[in-house]
Amino acid sequence: MEEIVKREHAIPVSKPATTTKLSKNLTYIKKNYILYLLIAPAVILTIIFKYIPIYGATIAFKDFSPIRGIAGSEWVGLKHFTSFLTSPNFMEILMNTIKLSSFELLIGFPIPIILALMLNQLRKSSVKKNVQLALYAPHFISVVVVSGMVFLFLSPVGPVNALLSTFLDKPISFMSDPDYFRSIYIWSGVWQGAGWASIVYVAALANVDPQLHEAATLDGASLLQRIWHIDLPTLKPVMAVLFILAAGGIMGIGFEKAYLMQTSMNSPSSEIIATYVYKRGLLAGDYSFATAVGLFNAVVNVILLGVVNQVVKKLNEGEGLV
Amino acid sequence: MNNQIKHSKGDRMLLLTNNILLTIIILVIVGPLLYVFLSSFLEPNAIIRKGLSLNASDWSLEGYKRLFTDDTIVRGFFNSLLYSTGFTIVTVVVCLFAGYALSVEGLVGKKAFMIFFLFTMFFGGGLIPTYFVIRDLGMLNTIWAIILPGAVNVWFIILARTYFKAVPNELKEAARIDGASDLKIFFRIILPLSKPIIFVLALYAFIGQWNAYFDAMIYLDDRQLHPLQLVLRSILIQNEVQPGMVADVEARNELMRISEMIRYSSIVIASLPLLIMYPFFQKYFEKGVMVGSLK
Repeated sequence: MEEIVKREHAIPVSKPATTTKLSKNLTYIKKNYILYLLIAPAVILTIIFKYIPIYGATIAFKDFSPIRGIAGSEWVGLKHFTSFLTSPNFMEILMNTIKLSSFELLIGFPIPIILALMLNQLRKSSVKKNVQLALYAPHFISVVVVSGMVFLFLSPVGPVNALLSTFLDKPISFMSDPDYFRSIYIWSGVWQGAGWASIVYVAALANVDPQLHEAATLDGASLLQRIWHIDLPTLKPVMAVLFILAAGGIMGIGFEKAYLMQTSMNSPSSEIIATYVYKRGLLAGDYSFATAVGLFNAVVNVILLGVVNQVVKKLNEGEGLV
Repeated sequence: MNNQIKHSKGDRMLLLTNNILLTIIILVIVGPLLYVFLSSFLEPNAIIRKGLSLNASDWSLEGYKRLFTDDTIVRGFFNSLLYSTGFTIVTVVVCLFAGYALSVEGLVGKKAFMIFFLFTMFFGGGLIPTYFVIRDLGMLNTIWAIILPGAVNVWFIILARTYFKAVPNELKEAARIDGASDLKIFFRIILPLSKPIIFVLALYAFIGQWNAYFDAMIYLDDRQLHPLQLVLRSILIQNEVQPGMVADVEARNELMRISEMIRYSSIVIASLPLLIMYPFFQKYFEKGVMVGSLK
């Protein structure tokens, strides 16, 4: 791309150059139209289901009326944004979203790395394989089932309370207490996903030259020192990329599990932007307002991704995602 | 010499701790699964109340029997099978095609296409505008609402492209010299070499769709069309045991006992197939993660 631009600058009269470029491209497309046919389904589906909704999101700046449609509805500027930003539950929902996802990141990000380092110490590959097999299992269970298990285990008449009953007078209502929601959400996520998330790290560690470890051992390095100075630096590039993606997704925290684990009683801590958009929009029919809330979320998300990418780039000697 | 022995002693302690910790972790991971499995054959809380003193009368298949007296779960199972199969075929075909085109050296507009796709990973119109599009296309309460909106998976396209790029150029060049068209090269040469990546993508797509509930919850009002996960959601989360399963039960206590058993057995029915199958596919899943981690 850059080369082409430079070349165009070099030629003072660029008109003939552009036309030849254009006609060259056209002949290429004509000759290779099959390739464009192959990519067409993906392009068309993306336009319909991804780009047209972006146009549809303009109802965030309108008072959507089903009769007039998206184009015909009246523009109202930032009305819905201000009404969200000044609504009494704005701070609560925003903070719930940020807290839930940043705690999840803080706990969920390092655990797979530690797990991979631990697995890497297993010398016998058959043992390692079986251990990994067990660790991956919860990944294949659906989020509905995991949430269902959480409800069953933590119900007032469930096994956890039955075990605790020796110490407590009355059962704890885990699922209807806002104080427990975040811990339950995050730790059930760790239970389900940490093993699977460690795969990438395990594979990166498998690429470490064993001679490095041998040499270090001869020099008197302890196991801990070798992990710190050999294994961890190997993982750094993978960690950087995954961290940017995870941190960039902070505002995009999944709707699916939060909605399943939400009860009317724990909503003071479980109501996040995504669940709020669903309820206000599709359940209550407040289309424009809910779209504005969603759009607010999406924009913050993009900004966040950019910022985290820049920060990691600085910390990681210029290596970022983009 | 002395020094080295000292070190290895510390190391040995560390390795021992490591093994103990890993054992505990495995128990924490497998324990709940085993508990659910056993409980599905037992009276509620029997394991906790009785521990190892369980006797024959505590075992029961009532949960399973009740689960199948109503056809909801069976219908959900077949709906899921249909949606997952359909989705897998569409998404794999669409993404392989796009991935191949984007893997061709010198494709005009390649960068624009990549930006076009990648952009959607980071920004979108959101829930409601997407719902409107699907409603306006008349796809509510049809299988298309489940299959089409998520069919373009940018991640899959990148995986496929990475894979195709690794196919030696000489193979394509030789075919081209023989006069084969791009289409012929793709179908005759590239695809037969691509079974592993096709398999990986198909597995990911199938399992992802099998375990999903969100799109179905939004786009399918008709209970006849509900996939397994939505049926499970009503049993497990919303405490709505299907009326057919407990038609003969009157007493409240009895109802609670039975619905508890139905819940455990429904988890087993829904999860066991994948849990039994995944060890056979493990290496493919890992491969998928690995190809994906290449930048």
